[in-house]
Amino acid sequence: MSSPSRAAGDTIHAPVGALARFLRRYVFSTDHKIIGLQYFFLALLAVTVGMILSLLMRFHLVWPAAHLPFVAGGIMTPEQYLAVMTMHGTIMVFFVLTTAPQSAFGNYFLPLQIGAPDMAFPRLNMLSFWLILLAFVVMMAAFVVPGGAPISGWTAYTPLSGLGEIAGPGEGMGQSLWAFSILIFCVGSLLGSINFIATTIDMRAPGMTLMRMPLTVWAWFVTAILSLLAFAVLFAAGILLVLDRVAGTSFFMPAGLVVNGALQTNGGGSPLLWQHLFWFFGHPEVYIAILPGMGVVSHILANFSRKPVFGYRAMAFAICAIGFLGFLVWGHHMFVSGMNPYSGLTFSLLTVSIGVPSAVKTFNWLGTLWGGRIQFHSPMLFAIGFVSFFVTGGLSGIFLAQPAVDTTLHATYYVVAHFHIVMGVAAIFGILAATYYWFPKMFGRSMNESLGKIHFWLTFVGVYCIFMPMHFVGIAGGIRRYADSTGAAYLAGLQPLHRFMTIAALVTAAAQVIFFCNLFRSLRRGAPAAVNPWNGTTLEWIAGSPPPADNFSGRFPSVYRGPYEYSVPGAASDFWPQNIPPGLNPGESTEQRYAG
Amino acid sequence: MVSSLLRSRGSASPALPLAIFLCFFVAASVYAFVARLYPSPPPISEDAVLVDRQYALTLYITGAAFILAQLGLAYAVLRFRDRGQKAKFIRGKIALEILWTSVTLVAFVGLGIAGRNAWAGARFTPAAPDSIQIEVTTNQFVYTFRYPGADGKFGRLDPSLVNAPAGNPLGIDPNDPAGRDDIVVSDLTVPVDRPVELLLRSQDVIHNFFVRELRLQQDTVPGMVIPVHFTPNGTGRYEIVCTQLCGLGHSTMHSHLNVVSESDYVNFLKRQAFVQ
Repeated sequence: MSSPSRAAGDTIHAPVGALARFLRRYVFSTDHKIIGLQYFFLALLAVTVGMILSLLMRFHLVWPAAHLPFVAGGIMTPEQYLAVMTMHGTIMVFFVLTTAPQSAFGNYFLPLQIGAPDMAFPRLNMLSFWLILLAFVVMMAAFVVPGGAPISGWTAYTPLSGLGEIAGPGEGMGQSLWAFSILIFCVGSLLGSINFIATTIDMRAPGMTLMRMPLTVWAWFVTAILSLLAFAVLFAAGILLVLDRVAGTSFFMPAGLVVNGALQTNGGGSPLLWQHLFWFFGHPEVYIAILPGMGVVSHILANFSRKPVFGYRAMAFAICAIGFLGFLVWGHHMFVSGMNPYSGLTFSLLTVSIGVPSAVKTFNWLGTLWGGRIQFHSPMLFAIGFVSFFVTGGLSGIFLAQPAVDTTLHATYYVVAHFHIVMGVAAIFGILAATYYWFPKMFGRSMNESLGKIHFWLTFVGVYCIFMPMHFVGIAGGIRRYADSTGAAYLAGLQPLHRFMTIAALVTAAAQVIFFCNLFRSLRRGAPAAVNPWNGTTLEWIAGSPPPADNFSGRFPSVYRGPYEYSVPGAASDFWPQNIPPGLNPGESTEQRYAG
Repeated sequence: MVSSLLRSRGSASPALPLAIFLCFFVAASVYAFVARLYPSPPPISEDAVLVDRQYALTLYITGAAFILAQLGLAYAVLRFRDRGQKAKFIRGKIALEILWTSVTLVAFVGLGIAGRNAWAGARFTPAAPDSIQIEVTTNQFVYTFRYPGADGKFGRLDPSLVNAPAGNPLGIDPNDPAGRDDIVVSDLTVPVDRPVELLLRSQDVIHNFFVRELRLQQDTVPGMVIPVHFTPNGTGRYEIVCTQLCGLGHSTMHSHLNVVSESDYVNFLKRQAFVQ
């Protein structure tokens, strides 16, 4: 148990100044809630950077001669465009989509939802965060070193990423910093995932059986297992890449490379090896980003439909099935890579199979809404938006899962549209739903509902306006990662679509300003929140808002039933918290028993 | 006790606009796909036609799922919005679960199996023995095409001899007699209705060979020679583009595929043999 170390962390030895107290409580904290918030605010910073980078790209694609802020020289060069694109992808995948749903909300709410006082290893938890923060600083440093940020994309395909400066601007120090940052990030993620797994297995409250865990906990648990297996492989791949770059090895370099007119001395390596290792991590990474969102959405749909999750067991098994199958499909990123075509067919069939548990989730979300009493608060709107995006983006993936069809769509904007909707925006909607839902718990105050709804509408419609037309650009052959969207003659006809998408992106980004204003204003001025403002059933809603240092003020709960007992027949109230012993009136609210 | 957040007014009001938006979104998407507002260009090979058929089949199946799921969502949010009714207590229905699991399994995996043909036609079978062999070499940021010349044999390559400014971008060994009649050009010219086999190579980083009209896309990987084959059935000039991020000039890397009549092809070879 970790409470002794937590208590020690909170003890303030006199005499200490206010600064020292602040540092100890909010900066060098071992409290899972503070660490969760640290991840949350890091992800907010990262998403802001990532979004600005995406706007710079969208601007450049339709107004290539425009003077842009943050761009050295004002007018973006091709190498600057590729650097911005590489950093956008890297920052969003690692420091937003991996950090916010799992590390931020998982850290904050997993111990609360299983009735634990903290994570299993609080100091390891703190170390994980500091490593991720260090990785972020190292990644940002790539912008300011000579040559600038790398231009090889977030996938960093070798030999381009392994050759060094000779391969292009940004491929010197910038690419090295990228690789170092990823290595540090891997270590941080591995430590974090061990902590999540140990906590879920070991620290559940009495009565909290696996089949009584909220689906959020299931999602964080399975995601942690994915992280443990996937980041380990990325770490190994990263080490080999660094060795190729700095130690003259040739893990990913074949013999006879002639780069920029100069014969290289490498030999014996395979460029496809990097792709296999990278995507062995990279595809599970997609599920690392989206599974926590699926958990959050199931949780919220039940709460605001006032109904149990439809097919809870099937939902839990579907999370496990997606996690398992997620490790068997990496080759679908490599249909045109030169991989054996028979492997392509195998990966294709495995990939379409993953559509089955995904469809089970979608049907069960609809089943959860069906017959409910749906209350459209901001978290619910974002959860419904998630379902819509997941359907759209999931189905467009069925095209890409087939090697024959992928042969025409690969590396076009169709792919960009697909993964942005299904893993980018859907995951972001999971994060936003979680933020609106748990804000009262995390900060003891409520966010403004009207601003939340405006934020939802502008973002939901805006995202579809950005990414639906993008499919058609791809079908017509519009190629991604082009600094000049009219690079080939036939692309010129697609510029009107590009202009429309850029304007939609500007409006959507502006809507995020509303979110940030709402968030930061509500931190100080939001209406004080009750302990259980949404009449939820799970254990986080019996803790204070915000929860005290040990989460439950010493009265650790026991669990008597499943997590989604809403509208139970015969009950006086429409929710039956997990911790109320049988026999007590289900209508008796948690607040009456535990508030104060 | 019901807390203040749940009492906030208008908690059911977004239902109608949400349902209307989802219906509009479905209608607009269906229209854009059915009207083919931004189509891919007509295919110029039998294999490409197979790809288009598989694309269409996938579009019908996923399109039906898309329409049903989005409209189902629209219906649910409208029909079951909070009007003071009591929510139904349903934990799930095992028969429904089995039904939709089996239906999606059959639909998606069936689609994957059906897609085998379009892939196998182009990739599982070797090129016809009488195919015209042309070597394609990529480097930052150009395509170079080599024809074996009258002897039908490619000359030996040596990376240490690569010297583009001196006119030997591929490093053809001058001491190999097979290489003396090799034709090296920057555009790809092939005769119509004849099987063509391309041998794809790369000198520096990974590039790609993509011709939309052939529905053919293949990475070129240093250290590998990757064969692809096709039989073009429509004359014309088509763009070849690089789709694999290869460095700062990636978006400028393109060339052309000229599909010409048999006689024009013979003339092209004669002219090039004379020039080189």
